[in-house]
Amino acid sequence: MSLTNVFISIAIMAAITFLTRVFPFLFFRKGQIPDIILFVGKYIPPTVITILVIYCLKDISFGILPYGCNELIAVMLVVFLHLRLGNPLVSIFGATFVYMFLIQSDVIRRLIS
Amino acid sequence: MTLAFKTTIPVLFGYLAIGIAFGLLLKNAGYSWVVALVMSVFIYAGAAQYLAVNFFANNASFTEVATITFLVNFRHMLYGISLFNKFNLTGWLKPYMIFSLTDETYALLTSVKDPVEVNKSKFYFYIALFNHSYWILGSLIGGIAGNLITINTQGLDFALTALFLVLLIEQFKSYKTRIPFLIGACCAVASIIIIGRANMLILSVISSIFIMLALEKRIVKNESN
Repeated sequence: MSLTNVFISIAIMAAITFLTRVFPFLFFRKGQIPDIILFVGKYIPPTVITILVIYCLKDISFGILPYGCNELIAVMLVVFLHLRLGNPLVSIFGATFVYMFLIQSDVIRRLIS
Repeated sequence: MTLAFKTTIPVLFGYLAIGIAFGLLLKNAGYSWVVALVMSVFIYAGAAQYLAVNFFANNASFTEVATITFLVNFRHMLYGISLFNKFNLTGWLKPYMIFSLTDETYALLTSVKDPVEVNKSKFYFYIALFNHSYWILGSLIGGIAGNLITINTQGLDFALTALFLVLLIEQFKSYKTRIPFLIGACCAVASIIIIGRANMLILSVISSIFIMLALEKRIVKNESN
């Protein structure tokens, strides 16, 4: 993306992010929140996060070596660390560190082939 | 101020680490630390900023940028409701308090005990301001470090995947119903098949909202069982 478009995107993102934060102060009073907003507001986060996880993993090539093994190991490590220790930073950076090692050393592909 | 600083120490480490990774990623995508600085000062939303790196690299349309930013930050629309009273105390600082309402600041402000001896308004403001400055500082360090030393950052983008996975696990624990997760997964996979990987995001989110609204009663019943 060109630098001009990057800055236009930043302006759009800043405006929309602020809009979501200011929204209740502009339109709601306590106890007067439309049901549909409450429903979507409650159930959209798990839906969107599920989609974003798949979006992040969409470029894995399962067809070629190492058949997505690096990503699979890293994903399982996040889940394992998070269920075991429950510390978000450890789960995120622990798994990222291992993933960076796996991908930079290319060790799995060498082991398989 | 000291009390506010102590309250924000856990966020200090979190924001520095995630901010540094963000700065490095953006630098790695070919954008200077100035872009990281501008984003962290004016947008100040972690997940959306991480996604923006992908958008810049893939030349996403403004429509996609706008829609996804809105949906990723949709949860913020409900945060303000629980802070009406506290924010009304902050007078002319209120616009900044609203602007800086991230997940972490929301969590602190809603859970912290009100100080007795100090001015509440200032206390809330410093909490918000400290958190914001950690985020800015982290992205600056990342963006500048990417210039000074050559780090092989290949694979660092997994931090975004890991962040979303952690959020997913947390939500999996806090909801009884599995329907929203299933809807999300099905719509994402279907969208990849229908319009391909590059444009799957908007279609999957919009279709999942329609399906969710259609299944409203079932989801609510399922959650309460």
